[in-house]
Amino acid sequence: MEELLPAILKTLFIIAIAVGAFAPIITWVERKQSAVMQDRIGANRADIAGITLLGLLHPLADVLKLLTKEDVVPRGANRFLHMAAPLIAAIPVIASFAVIPYGGLYEFGETTIHLVVADLDWGILYIFAIASIATYGTVISGWASNNNWSLLGSLRASAQMISYEVTMGLSIVGLFMAFQTLRLTDMAVAQDASFRLLGFLEHFGWIQTLPGWLSWIQLPNWGLFLQPLGFVMFLTCVMAENKRPPFDLPEAESELVAGYFTEYSGMRFGLFYMSEFIEVVVIAALTTALFLGGWAIPFLPQETLIGAVSPVFGTGVATGLCMVLHVLTFFLKVIVMIWLQMQIRWTLPRPRYDQVMDLCWKIMLPLSLANIVVTALVILLITGGTS
Amino acid sequence: MLAEYTGAVVILLVSTILAGALLGVHLLLGPRREFAEKNEPFECGEKPIVSPKQRFTVKFYIVAMLFLLFDVEAMFFYPWGALFTELGWFGFWAMMPFLGILVVGLTYEWGKGALEW
Repeated sequence: MEELLPAILKTLFIIAIAVGAFAPIITWVERKQSAVMQDRIGANRADIAGITLLGLLHPLADVLKLLTKEDVVPRGANRFLHMAAPLIAAIPVIASFAVIPYGGLYEFGETTIHLVVADLDWGILYIFAIASIATYGTVISGWASNNNWSLLGSLRASAQMISYEVTMGLSIVGLFMAFQTLRLTDMAVAQDASFRLLGFLEHFGWIQTLPGWLSWIQLPNWGLFLQPLGFVMFLTCVMAENKRPPFDLPEAESELVAGYFTEYSGMRFGLFYMSEFIEVVVIAALTTALFLGGWAIPFLPQETLIGAVSPVFGTGVATGLCMVLHVLTFFLKVIVMIWLQMQIRWTLPRPRYDQVMDLCWKIMLPLSLANIVVTALVILLITGGTS
Repeated sequence: MLAEYTGAVVILLVSTILAGALLGVHLLLGPRREFAEKNEPFECGEKPIVSPKQRFTVKFYIVAMLFLLFDVEAMFFYPWGALFTELGWFGFWAMMPFLGILVVGLTYEWGKGALEW
């Protein structure tokens, strides 16, 4: 049971950061960024004794308001399922942080610190399995509410989410082929390296040796550079899974009032709202771990960093510094991905439902299959097809 | 062997407690003033005239069936992708007929209009 205490500490750390800090702050970022993009002032009224902190107290005010609102269950609704649906929607989203590595493996003498809650060798499948449970939350909430808008919203949500799940799974097969693993921690380690952009010219013997400055052009060994099409398709799919604009068809206010959570009030609604924002953080963390190198600092592998610092301060301090820098790098990349999602959310208009389904089944599904074939051929050309 | 699942179980428990606690505090703090009109399902201020518990369009069933087919087939790509460089050309030619069947199935559905909304 010596795994229990580290597991609890690591869980509390990631939940405190993602759910306690990131999720409330991005509800503020969402309002403030929309305000900036639409030339308004944005959230700035909530205050404690006149101190507004740029409106950063709004998330706190939201939580207090949601907690003290009346809990209304409509007539004819299934009381048990109506209660269970927000829990089913929120719990898997938080639990999907389990396999995302927010740091590498660090050795301090006898003890090793591995900064991931659960290092499963089928890590990415765990995320897909857990994330698809959240679909049940939306379907059950719509069905249990005894409301036409809710049912229509949940039907749309279920069809959209399961459609994009197929493409999401297929769009990252190319990544597994490039890194030869399903384990997210191994992927992060593989991305803590770099490759020469024009190295293939030497590899195929088209040029004997690259001229000096050309061989210096390097790229980090990130999924983004190995699978650019996969990155775009994966990001589109996970954003569609999250049901936030521009893919907010299930809760389209102008058509369906609020979609599947029309009949929810107080913290029951709050859990749906919260899970959407936590999922923004999950998406950012997952795309960071898969495509943006995870905790890796570009062009500065872990051994190089430790090797450079340890002669001056000793190995212990060097490893500790490396760990802190890696965790900071990870969360910096997560913030960049959150910013990108917010930018997309406030830039693109909502498509029609048939356009959403066409994008999935007629454009991205064939493209992701083609991506697999092309990736396979490129890998076989480089390795020569021998095992 | 099962030790690596400790973290997954812990995070599931913690997230359940967190979500349950938020809901529980809300149920304790929130007021209760129920009356018949408030508990009516929302229908833009009108009395609901149709029940939502009735038949809906068949397209949602078709999408669910397509999802089952394609998601199960997509699963076969995962172990194959993770072992691809070991398998080499053999793995490539072993997977191409499978991919071909997948593409034929997709083309058939497309032609039959199962993907039209």
